[in-house]
Amino acid sequence: MNEKNVQSEQSEHSHGFGIYILVWLGLLALTGLTVAAAGLDIGRFTVATALIIASAKAYLVLTIFMHLRSESKTFKIFVIVALFFLAISFILLFADYSF
Amino acid sequence: MASDTVALGTNGHEPSYLEYQGKHKGILGWILSTDHKRIGILYLCSVLSFFFMGVVFGFLMRLELISPGETIVTAQTYNKFFTLHGVIMIFLFIIPAIPAIFGNFFLPILIGAKDVAFPRLNLLSWYLYITGGLLALMSIVMPGGPADTGWTFYIPYSVRTDTNVIYALMAAFILGFSSILTGLNFVTTVHRLRTPSMSWFKMPLSVWSFYATAWVQVLATPIIGITLLLVVIERVLHVGIFDPALGGDPVLYQHLFWIYSHPAVYIMILPGMGIVSEIIPVFAHRTIFGYKFIAFSSIAIALFGSLVWAHHMFTVGMSNAGEFIFSLLTMVVAIPSAIKVFNWTATLYKGSIELAPPMLYILAFIFLFSIGGLTGVMQGVIAIDIQVHDTSFIVGHFHYVMFGGTGFAFFAALHYWLPKMFGRMYNIKRAKVAFWIIFFGFNVLYFPMLIMGWLGMPRRYYDYLPQFHPYHFISTVGSWILILGLIIMFTNFVISLRKGEKVTKKNLWGGETLEWQIDTPPTHENFDEIPVVEDYPYVYKDNEIAVEEEKV
Amino acid sequence: MTTQAQVHSAEHVHRDDLGARLGMWLFLFTELILFGGMFLVYSVYRFSHPQEFHIAAKELNTIVGTFNTMILLTSSLTMVLSIAAIQRDNKKLSIFFQFLTILLAVFFMVNKFFEWSVKFHHGIYPGSETLLNEKSGDILFFGLYYVMTGLHGLHVLVGIVIIAVMMRFTSKGIVTHDNYIKLENTGLYWHLVDIIWIFLFPLFYLIT
Ligand code: HEM
Repeated sequence: MNEKNVQSEQSEHSHGFGIYILVWLGLLALTGLTVAAAGLDIGRFTVATALIIASAKAYLVLTIFMHLRSESKTFKIFVIVALFFLAISFILLFADYSF
Repeated sequence: MASDTVALGTNGHEPSYLEYQGKHKGILGWILSTDHKRIGILYLCSVLSFFFMGVVFGFLMRLELISPGETIVTAQTYNKFFTLHGVIMIFLFIIPAIPAIFGNFFLPILIGAKDVAFPRLNLLSWYLYITGGLLALMSIVMPGGPADTGWTFYIPYSVRTDTNVIYALMAAFILGFSSILTGLNFVTTVHRLRTPSMSWFKMPLSVWSFYATAWVQVLATPIIGITLLLVVIERVLHVGIFDPALGGDPVLYQHLFWIYSHPAVYIMILPGMGIVSEIIPVFAHRTIFGYKFIAFSSIAIALFGSLVWAHHMFTVGMSNAGEFIFSLLTMVVAIPSAIKVFNWTATLYKGSIELAPPMLYILAFIFLFSIGGLTGVMQGVIAIDIQVHDTSFIVGHFHYVMFGGTGFAFFAALHYWLPKMFGRMYNIKRAKVAFWIIFFGFNVLYFPMLIMGWLGMPRRYYDYLPQFHPYHFISTVGSWILILGLIIMFTNFVISLRKGEKVTKKNLWGGETLEWQIDTPPTHENFDEIPVVEDYPYVYKDNEIAVEEEKV
Repeated sequence: MTTQAQVHSAEHVHRDDLGARLGMWLFLFTELILFGGMFLVYSVYRFSHPQEFHIAAKELNTIVGTFNTMILLTSSLTMVLSIAAIQRDNKKLSIFFQFLTILLAVFFMVNKFFEWSVKFHHGIYPGSETLLNEKSGDILFFGLYYVMTGLHGLHVLVGIVIIAVMMRFTSKGIVTHDNYIKLENTGLYWHLVDIIWIFLFPLFYLIT
C-alpha cells in the first residue's frame, strides 16, 4: 500500500460533463422505476425490489458522483469495511429477532 | 500546565515543545495549540482530573457498603453515585485515557511524523471532550440531580426518571464525537504520514493497536451516538421509539447499546495491549516474539469484538438461535487475546527481565487481565451467566478487565513515557512502593466482589444481607489501600515535575522505537530530519547474540 | 473550524489532498452508521409491525416524496458539475452550479416544510392526541418518520451552509482549479446526504 506521496496530488477525477448527466438520467429513471414497482402488487417482494433499486442508485452515486471508481484501492477497502460492519449489525440483530 | 516547572531543553539545540513559543503565550499557548504533544498534555490533565472524581465516587460507594443498611447516603444517592462513577470512568477516563493522551503524544512520533493528519480537528476533539465532561458534571448541580440510571441508561427507566438523564446522555453523545474525531485522525495519520521507510510491518505494535482501536472508534461509536440521541429525543419530544408505553421495544435499545458498548470494551483494552507489547521487549531485553501475530491479533480483536455484543443480554430473553450464535462468538473472541498473552510470555521467557516500574505494572496487567478474561469467558457460558448476571461477580470481572487491564497499562505508560514527555525522572523506589500497595489493594478490593457475586450479592444495591458483611468490609478496606497507593503514585509524579532529576538522555530505557531517538523532551518539530527505519522495532541485537551464545 | 489557532500548525501544514479525502470518507462512514442505526430500528419495527407500517405509510404523500427525490438527485448532479467546472478552471460556471445546488436544497426543504405542516395539521406529530390513540405500530412509524427525515433535513441545512461557504471560497480564490479539495469534500458530504435519502424514500413512501 504505497500511497506515501505527501505532496499535493490532485486526484484526476475529471470525468466529462457527459457521463455525469448520463448518470443523473439513470438515477431519475431508477426513481421512476421504483415508484412504478411500488404500484405493482408483488407482495413481499415489494421491499426487496425497492431496496435493490435503491442500492443500484447508491452504487451509481458512490462510484461516479463520489469518484470512488477512480480512487485508489485503499478507499475501496475502506468502504467495504464500513459496509461490512453495517451489514453485520443487521445480520446479527436479526439473528435474534427473526427466529 | 505550568511550563516553567519543567525541564529546559537546553541540550544546546532547539527548544523543546514545552518552551516553544508559538503565536500565543501562557495558557493560550496551550489551549489554542494544535501541536499534538501539547494536546496530549491537555488530555493528560483533564483525563486525570476526571479520573480522580471517579475515584472519589468509587470511594464513597465503598464507604456506604462498609456495613449493612444506610451508612452514609440514601439508596437514591447511591444510585446517582454509581451512575456518575460509571459514566466518568467509562466515557471520560478509560476510553480516552490511552489513545487520547499517549496516542496523541506518541503516535506521530512512533511513525516518524511531525503531527497528526488533522491537527485542528485534534484540538476540536479536545474541546468536545471538555464540553462533554462539563455537561456530565453540570447534572450534579442542576435541580433533579445527576442521572440515577446506571451508565447503561436502560430503557424504560431512563425515559421515566426525573433526574437529569439528558445531561448525561448528551455528554456521552458529545464524548462519542470527540472519540470519533480522534479515531479518524489516527487512521488517516497512520495511512498517510508514516515516514517513507516505514512499511506496515515496521510499525511499532502500539501503533497497530492504536490503528485497530481507531477503526472501532470510527465504526462503532456512531451507533451509540444515535441510540443515545434517540433516547434524548424520546424524552424531550415523546416520540415513540423505545418506550414500551409508546409501542417501542426496550430490548432493541439494549441491542443497540451493546452493539457499541461491547466493541467499546475493545476500544478500552486494545490500546492497553499495545502498551504491553511496547514495554515488554524493552524491559525483557528481548526481541518480541511473534510480531505479526500480535499485529494481526489486534485487527482480529477489533473484528470479532464487533460481533459479540449480545452476550450482555443473555438474560433478557433472546431467541435460542441468537443465544447460541452469540455464545459461540464470545468464545471465539478470546482466541486473539490469548494469542497475545502467549506471545508476551514467550517474549518474557529467557529474557533478562528488569523490574522497572513500567514493567511491574505490565506484569500485573498480564496477571489481572487473565483473571478478568477468564471470568469473562465464564460468562460466555450462558448457564453461568444466568447465575451471575447483575451480581457483584460482574462488577469484579469488569474492574479486573478495565482497571486491572487497561488501568494498569495506563499506569505503566505513565511510568514509561512521562519522563520522556517532561524531561524529569520520578523517584523509582517510591514508584515501586506505590505499585505494590496498588496491586495489593486492588485484589483486596475486587476479589471479594467475585466471591460474593458468586454467592448471590446483586450489584447496584446500597444494602445487603448480613451474611455478606465480611466480604464487603474487606472490600472497603481494600479500596482504602488502593487509594493510598494511587495517592503515592501521583504525588510521586507531581514531585518529579518540580524537583525530579532532569533527564536529557534520549533513550531512557533502552527502547528501540523512534521516540527514543529524539530529544527529551521532544522539540516542537519532533524530528530534525526525516527518520529512516531499517527493520521492525524491537530488534535487540545484543541480546540476540547473547541468546545465541547461550545456546552454543 | 477555520479560525482556530493556526499558530503552530502553520509550519506543520503541508498539503495532502488524498489524506483529506481519506479523512472525509471516514467521517462519512460515521454518518452512514449513524443513519444505519436508525435504519436498524426501522427494520426491526417494520418486522414486528408489518401491517401497521403498511397502512401508516399510506398517509405519506408519494408524489411529494418522488418530487423531492428528483430535486435531491438533481442537486447532486449540479454539485458534481461544479467540481468538474472548477477542474476546468471555469470559476464562474462552478459558482453557478453551487448556487443551483443551494437553490435545489432550499427547494427540498420548503417541500419538506409543507409536508410536515400538513401532517401537523392533521394532528399527526410526536406526542399528539391523535397519534397516541393509534396502534403502537403507527406511533413507531411516525416517530421514526419524523426523527429520520428530521435528522436528514438537518443534514441538508448544514449542507446548504457549507456550500454557501464554498461559494465564497471559490469567488475569493481559496478554492481554485489546482486546489479544490474543500469543494470536493463538500461534494462527498452532499452525495452522502443524497444516498441516505435514496434509502429513506422507498422505505417511508413506497411501502404502501
Ligand atoms: C478506586 C477505584 C475504584 C473503586 C473504589 C470502585 C468501586 C466501584 C463500586 C463500589 C461500584 C459499584 C458496584 C455496585 O454497587 O454495583 C463500581 C461500579 C463501577 N465501576 Fe468502579 N471503582 C473504582 C475504579 C473504577 C475504574 C478505574 C473504572 C473504569 C475503568 C470503574 C468502572 C466502573 C463501572 C463501569 C461501574 C458500574 C457502574 C454502574 O453500575 O452503572 N471503576 N465501582
